[in-house]
Parts: sequence; structure tokens; C-alpha cells
Amino acid sequence: MSILLNRDSRVVVQGITGREGSFHTEQMQSMGTKVVAGTSPGKGGTTHLGVPIFNTVADAVRETAANAGGIFVPPPFAADAIMEAAAAGLTLVVCITEGIPIQDMIRVKDFLRLHPGCRLIGPNCPGLITPGVAKIGIIPQQFSLPGHVGVVSRSGTLTYEAMAALTSAGAGQSTIVGIGGDPVLGLSFWDVVQLFENDPETTHLALIGEIGGTDEERAAELLGRGSRLKTVAFISGRTAPEGKRMGHAGAIVSGNRGTAKSKEEAFSAAGVRVAETTDELVEMLVGAPAARRPAGEHQTEPGQS
Amino acid sequence: MKLLEYQAKEVLSQLGIPIPSGKVATTPDEAARACAELGPVAVKAQVPVGGRGKAGGIKLVQTADEARAAAEQIIGMDIKGFRVPLVYCETALDIAQEVYLGFTVDRDARANVVMLSAHGGMDIEQLAEESPEAIARLYPNPWRGPLNFELNQLVWAAGLGSHSRALVPVIRQLYRAITDYDAVTAEINPLVISKEGQVVAGDAKLETDENAAFRHKALEERYGDVVEGDPYEREAKKRNLTYVSLDGEVGIIGNGAGLCMGTLDLVQRAGGRAANFCDIGGGAKAEVVENALSVILMNPNVRGVLINVFGGITRGDEVARGLVQARDSLNLRLPLVVRLSGTNETEGREILRANGIEPGASGWEAAQKIVEMTR
Repeated sequence: MSILLNRDSRVVVQGITGREGSFHTEQMQSMGTKVVAGTSPGKGGTTHLGVPIFNTVADAVRETAANAGGIFVPPPFAADAIMEAAAAGLTLVVCITEGIPIQDMIRVKDFLRLHPGCRLIGPNCPGLITPGVAKIGIIPQQFSLPGHVGVVSRSGTLTYEAMAALTSAGAGQSTIVGIGGDPVLGLSFWDVVQLFENDPETTHLALIGEIGGTDEERAAELLGRGSRLKTVAFISGRTAPEGKRMGHAGAIVSGNRGTAKSKEEAFSAAGVRVAETTDELVEMLVGAPAARRPAGEHQTEPGQS
Repeated sequence: MKLLEYQAKEVLSQLGIPIPSGKVATTPDEAARACAELGPVAVKAQVPVGGRGKAGGIKLVQTADEARAAAEQIIGMDIKGFRVPLVYCETALDIAQEVYLGFTVDRDARANVVMLSAHGGMDIEQLAEESPEAIARLYPNPWRGPLNFELNQLVWAAGLGSHSRALVPVIRQLYRAITDYDAVTAEINPLVISKEGQVVAGDAKLETDENAAFRHKALEERYGDVVEGDPYEREAKKRNLTYVSLDGEVGIIGNGAGLCMGTLDLVQRAGGRAANFCDIGGGAKAEVVENALSVILMNPNVRGVLINVFGGITRGDEVARGLVQARDSLNLRLPLVVRLSGTNETEGREILRANGIEPGASGWEAAQKIVEMTR
């Protein structure tokens, strides 16, 4: 029915007492997510939003058997929070924080090699949602609908748009994963595509990429090896201006890859259809124009009609 | 932050990397004095972008008068959108070999990479394309940095083993730009090896991570204000807005980077061109919208504005009210098309219509509409 996040997910929220942490924890709770703990150093032993607060993630895991985490702490402390979560044994860590220094994330990635059981999503991402079941992060659940379309995206609002359009077309989603917009990320498109591939409940896949990096190209390569998913890709930024570059180092590493053109060609070569707008993406996925009906009016899921 | 060459060289010099003698000149007279003191020099435009040599921003001069004339020509010149604020006059070098030494973040490997090649100079990108094996690479452990034997291996792999004694310390010092200053790119191209086997940084490029600016306040204070760049981008930065100047005629506001980029694509697809765009982030509160709109309108090329907002947590009716309020308080007379979707989109659209703003049903439709209105 989903990837990564299901009814058994027991969530600990780091930074739960902050403004953002509080607001989004309530949102997560309101759709039934099992938020079993929060952390806030120095506030251990108290409760917040009906959730027990601990000083450390390790304490929270020991006392509540939490297995997944959401991170809402400010950028200077976020890298450490991710490593704390991984070291405490969480198997899924979702970092929403935007603005973490790149060098911090490179060290985190190296640290995570010691914790292969921990999957990181983000940072600088909207998180993930399994419609009707649970979410970690900030994706507005009112636009989601349970179903069989997997969504994986690097963007926030563009994901919400696609989700809302899918829902109003009656095409529900299995899980929606925002992998984040930073250069150094946890799970890549490749990783998430593979998870959807192995999820029998996911029949369709919407992949929303962006210019920069070559994660999209690599995912295209994976899909080109043979996939049971009906996939449509969309790349935003095809007309974005090229950044004013200083040195050659970036170009030496990335060459001609990373452009919208290179990504779209990679998907086409892999037999994956490429949409030019998010509306077209939905149209191609469900085979009918994305009707703008309010959510819930039309419940047919793709493959069933 | 992108440092200018002379700033990058100051930083590298503090890290222990040898640099040629040089002086900054903000006027032609200063350039003449620098030449009188240093002898024959290269007068180099200081801009935070590559390709200045090809743009005529570097001149070799022998005398003070030549230096004055060169500086007169170069200062104030426009190179790829940057007005040259000053020149750097630097002693000409005695060159036996030009080497490439660079560091950057390899985002696919999610790691730092140090690159060294025996063939430095302007054609390094072509070399990377045609014979990638000519560029030796090292991915140091990010916690402990490169070890001596790893640096030795790198130098030998690049075919520069005979210079390892001089090169290894320079690579180690350049690597400190990462740990000490959160560099995302640091490059010395060319790294000059003199006939005596001495190593000197011929050019230097250094870009630091904006996300890490909070731990390098001194660097920002010292170098932050030299380059003027785009005046609108500067104003937007002051107001904490993510803003980019372009050269078309449609102003664009969206919430979220992906949605903004998607909107640019739609405008182009409809046959128009964006003048600029402003990403107001997830929230889209009334005062943020007003702030964004006023920055967008500073650019006189803007002939109409397209706003594309998805209301997630922020409700569409709130966004609509904020928009109407912003339009009225700024006394906006240009064409305005708003595409509002998400939470309470129906209520939001009604508010817009009641106030004389025509909402676009889809992003594509809204883009077509604004392009038509600004033609």
C-alpha cells in the first residue's frame, strides 16, 4: 500500500517544541500519524501536544520504541540531529530543515555509511506522506487521496500541485516522497524509484525533477532496465538561466549533464514519457485531462476504470 | 559568496599558499603607482565571473603610463552583467608549467573532490571532456581530510610526481579553504610552477557556501560589499527575498523554487520572457507578497506580473486578500494575472474577481494570458 511510511511507523519529532515543529506535529497527528515522542534538550519529562518529551533521541527510542523521525531544528544544529537520529537506531529520518551547510551534509553522508539501516530523506524537503495513513513533514494532506500512483519529487509546491491535480482527477497516491532540493541529499530518485518498483500497490509513477545534478539521469537509467511502473517524468527549469559560474571545477565534474535537455533525453531514451507541464503529467498518467474537481468527488483510481 | 580574485588570493595567502605580489587599484592613478612600484604587471578586472580574459578584462603592461591607460579602460567596464569596480595589478610570472588544481562538491558522489591536472589553463573543461584520465581526482574523508599518502598518490596520478614536494603542501592548504571557510569551489588555475620549481597561484577562485555564512561573519564583513552586481537583487537580499533578475518583460512571483521555475517555463512556452522572478516561499503571507511585488516592480522593464501561488497551509482566500491589498497599496497599474490553487481556491478566486483581478484556471492558461497582455 505504501513505501517507507505505514501504520507501524512510530515517529519521534526533533524540535517538537519550536513554532514549526509544533504546528506540523499537530498536522501530522490530525491525520493519524503515530507521533510517539518529541525531543527538546532540557525539556525531558514534560509533555507537549500530548506527546512525551525526551532530552535525547536515544531516550525516546528506548522508552517509546520510536522507529522513524522528523527533524524541525534550525540549520546550525540539523546535521547533528540527523546523526543523532541515525545513531539512535531510527530506520527512517526525514529532515525538513532548509539551509544546512553543504559541508555538514557531506560529513553526515559519510557518517550514515556506518548506519546502513537508516534511510534519510532530505534535507530541505517537504517530507513524505502515505495518504490516509501517516505523514512526516509538511505536505498538505487535504489534497491527497489513497491510491496507486507513486510520486517522487525534488520540489515542494510543485509536488503539492501535482498531488492536488492527481487527486482531483481521481487518481489516488500510494506514497508521495519529496526528496529535497539540496545538492547533497539522503535518498535519491534512484533509491525511491526502486522502492516503488518493489511495492505491489504502486502501479504508476510521477517523477518530478529539476535542473542540476544527475540524479534524474541515473533514475532514467534504472527505469530503462525494465520497469513494471507506468511512469511519466516532468523536469522543471528548462528555461532557467544558467548560473554565472566562476571556475571550471563544476563543469569538469558534471560536463554536459544536469540540464533539462539531458534529463528529458535520458527519460525518453529509457522509454519514459516526458510531460511539459504538471497538468500534462497528470493527463498522461491517468489518460484523461486533469479535471479540476474538488478532492473526494471522484474516486476512481488508475487501472480500475 | 563569490570572492574576487584579489580577495581569494588574500585568503589563500593567509592559508600559506604563495601568491605573486600585487596591488588593488580603484583609479587609473593608483594602477600607475602600482606599476611604478611592482614593475611590469598584468592589470586584471575584478569580477565574480569567469571569462574576463576573453572579454578584454586583462592587459599586460610594461610602464606606469600603460597601466594607467589599461585601468582607465577596464574600470567601469561591463563583464557579463558586472560593472568592474576595481583592478588588481599583479607582477608578471616566470612560467615553466601551468597546472590545474581545483576543489568542488561532487553532488552525484555526495562528496568533496580534489582535482589535479598537469595541463592547466583555459582549456581544462575541454580536456575533461576529451581525456578525463588526464585529471586526477581524490575524494578525501570529510571528517579527517586528505592524508599525506593520498595527496602523494594524487600528485603521481596527475603525472606531477617530480613536483610532489612543492605541490603536496599547497593542496593541503587549499583543502583548508573547505574546513576553515566552507568553500564550495576553490580553484587555482593556473597553478604556476616556475623554472626553479617554485609553486605560485596564478589565479584564484573561491566561492563559499551561503548556508554557512553564519559561521563566517568576518569574511562577509571584509569582502561582502565590494561587488555591486544587480541593484534589484541587492535590494531583494536586504528584504530577505529570493529574487533573480532576467531580461524579459513579465514579472513572476511564485511560492517555492520548483513552482517558480515551472512558471518561467510556462511563460516561455507561451511566447513571453520573464523579467525577473521572486520566490516567496511556502507561507505566502500578505506582507511578503507586498514586499515581493514592490521588488518585482522596481525593474522598469516589467510590463505585467504573473503570480502563481499554491495555497497549502496558507489559505487561498488569505493569499487573495493579501494580493488585493498589495496591489492597492502599491497602486499597481500594470496587467496582473493570478493563478491560485490549493486550499480555499474557490473562495480566493471569488475575492480576486470581485476586486477586478482575473484569476487563471491553470498555470498554462495564466501564462498565456499574461503574455498576451504584455505584448
